[in-house]
Amino acid sequence: MLKQASRLLSRSVAAASYKSATTRAFSTELPSTIDSTFVEAWKKVAPNMDPPQTPSSFMKPRPSTPSSIPTKLTVNFVLPYTSELTGKEVDMVIIPASTGQMGVLPGHVPTIAELKPGIMSVHEGTDVKKYFLSSGFAFLHANSVADIIAVEAVPLDHIDPSQVQKGLAEFQQKLASATTDLEKAEAQIGVEVHSAINAALSG
Amino acid sequence: MASNAAVPFWRAAGMTYITYSNICANLVRNCLKEPFKAESINREKVHFSLSKWSDGKPQKPVLRSDTPQV
Repeated sequence: MLKQASRLLSRSVAAASYKSATTRAFSTELPSTIDSTFVEAWKKVAPNMDPPQTPSSFMKPRPSTPSSIPTKLTVNFVLPYTSELTGKEVDMVIIPASTGQMGVLPGHVPTIAELKPGIMSVHEGTDVKKYFLSSGFAFLHANSVADIIAVEAVPLDHIDPSQVQKGLAEFQQKLASATTDLEKAEAQIGVEVHSAINAALSG
Repeated sequence: MASNAAVPFWRAAGMTYITYSNICANLVRNCLKEPFKAESINREKVHFSLSKWSDGKPQKPVLRSDTPQV
């Protein structure tokens, strides 16, 4: 009797999920996350048991993606010890992604970008604020919200150029004299970060 | 899927992302101008005591601190 039930259930679920898969091919917004055909099939087979919950029914609904692209990008820029920008509405941010400088406008494709040491600039009208980021991630959501997290972010005028030159020379020397893989990697990181700061200060 | 994508050099050398990120942050902090540098180094100081347990009893605690013990 139980074997029959699972066979009937799987047959009707297969039919239901095939139908619902084709009608909802690329649904980014699942309607209230309850599949009514599944629930009906379930109730026919096991009327006294509640239909099983799916993980999505426990999730809070995501902020809705507006149907027209918003005019401003909402930026949340946080560091471990402070929140630099919270929900600030800007026109554009340029982030130092590991694949190169990436410009983010409202309506950007949802992206998760790993950031490399480099400059992030926040453009608001004619106002541009630049920060040098040590590394981090940027999460760009479909509803034009950008969450940028970094470990260290300093305005460019907080940087001491002589220290940067000293550091660059020191790490280039370490790279030349490194023996183990780990030493080489650390020296390489040093060279990359100092070169990036140099480029940021001059560019 | 790019499961054979080129790994970053630091991961190939056995370093984790967190280690890499912390090294980058430390290097940036070392390049700051004076009042900001002292503030950031102060902010990042840690002080903790760690003890391993065996047989239900704590062993001798190890103290790790950036503030010199007087």
